[in-house]
Amino acid sequence: MNLRMTLATTARVLGQLRHDHRSVALILVVPALLLTAVYFLFENETLPPGFPRTFDRVGLMMLAIFPFVVMFLVTSITMLRERTSGTLERLLTTPIHKADLLFGYALAFSIMAALQSLVATAVAYWIFDLDIKGSPGFVVMIAVINAVLGVALGLLCSAFARTEFQAVQFMPVVVVPQILLCGLFVARDDMNEVLQAVSSVLPLSFSVDALKEIAGNAEATATMWQDSLMMGGIVVGVLVLAALTLRRQTR
Amino acid sequence: MSPHPTAVEAAGLHVTRGRTSILRGLDFTVEAGRITGLLGPSGSGKTTLMRAIVGVQRITQGTLSVLGRPAGSAPLRHDVGYVTQGASVYGDLSVEANVRYFGAMHGATPADAAEAIAAVGLQAFAQQKAADLSGGQFSRVSLACALVAHPTVLVLDEPTVGLDPVLRAELWERFAAMARAGTTLLISSHVMEEASHCSSLLLLREGLLLAQLSPAELAERGGSDDLERAFLTIIKAADHGQEESQVAS
Repeated sequence: MNLRMTLATTARVLGQLRHDHRSVALILVVPALLLTAVYFLFENETLPPGFPRTFDRVGLMMLAIFPFVVMFLVTSITMLRERTSGTLERLLTTPIHKADLLFGYALAFSIMAALQSLVATAVAYWIFDLDIKGSPGFVVMIAVINAVLGVALGLLCSAFARTEFQAVQFMPVVVVPQILLCGLFVARDDMNEVLQAVSSVLPLSFSVDALKEIAGNAEATATMWQDSLMMGGIVVGVLVLAALTLRRQTR
Repeated sequence: MSPHPTAVEAAGLHVTRGRTSILRGLDFTVEAGRITGLLGPSGSGKTTLMRAIVGVQRITQGTLSVLGRPAGSAPLRHDVGYVTQGASVYGDLSVEANVRYFGAMHGATPADAAEAIAAVGLQAFAQQKAADLSGGQFSRVSLACALVAHPTVLVLDEPTVGLDPVLRAELWERFAAMARAGTTLLISSHVMEEASHCSSLLLLREGLLLAQLSPAELAERGGSDDLERAFLTIIKAADHGQEESQVAS
């Protein structure tokens, strides 16, 4: 690992994004707009007194799911472009280490994800009065971990796609099952055994668990830290797998 | 030590990709501090040979050493520069950002980047997005990204394709100056008139080395001062020889 090369890569990826105003706007604004839609979707629900709003549950989970989806897409396309344009091959003839490249990418998109979730969390908190017991700082932390998970999976999946068209087809395979099974639509305890077993090994489930802990407790709980650590472990594992797909030599 | 030690040495070099045999037993040396031309029709294996030398193509059989080490070994990554046929740069970054980024891999300073940009005559375009440049300018960005590392061995795949004659002449002058300063250059081309700029030529055809000779020897063996005609003559002779051996067997 070489910090200079890692940071140069981060700066380069952010520089590429900076020239692309439309993408930056989409990354920063769309989650907040969708969250607004979710709020108004449940605006007229009638609740027994003292019963939490659906928005407090769904909106909170959306805060963690958006960065995951967006960063998965952005990363898999960017990395695929790097592979097909020849810049990846060229980079791998230089002294850069594969880890410098991958961590450089992960860092750049984590910064974008942090900004994205700050905007979305601020909107949820100050405009729609999202009601959770724990600190919003932890919500942003989980959102960033999710974003890095999206980055790691995107880097990995780009190795199996030859075209951008194929790359986006990985979304229904990799992303949608995790959203369906993470506990957003049906609580994981209410699923049948098979689905529950599958959901308990999908990384997104851990972050939804962690968010529930944050929503229900004023202080950080041991379960929340466990879930976060688990996510961190998965992210590192996927990044290592992604590094294995980068080969300096073609056979 | 001879005035021109060896920078690249191949012995019995074979490269097979999938079931296709691309390089079929090459033996040659590239002298240090000189310009060596790699000539041959498209599909003859020029790019594969260059990729093997810079270490991104695995060799199937034989040996290939660069500066005394096996091609592709980690210490060589500082010394060997590679300019691919299609410009491998980031179209959505400025010329300067591209050159600085590739320079960062070699610890180059902003001054090194400015020098590399000036060397390819793009000072006036340093702040422009690479994708907004013309085709010829775009490929020069790619060259600048290699120059910024001050490589000892520079491998260039068809660097003059699509450039106007003035620019081509300028580039060949630059290459000659680099060689005088001690850089080893291996340059592929299918424009035969460019062969005269090289000290030594490798003639490649269908994965085999037809000959390694100087431009003067090429003219003599091909019986023409027009290097293109000389090359065609040698190829025809080789084809003829091949047919005869096939008839004989």
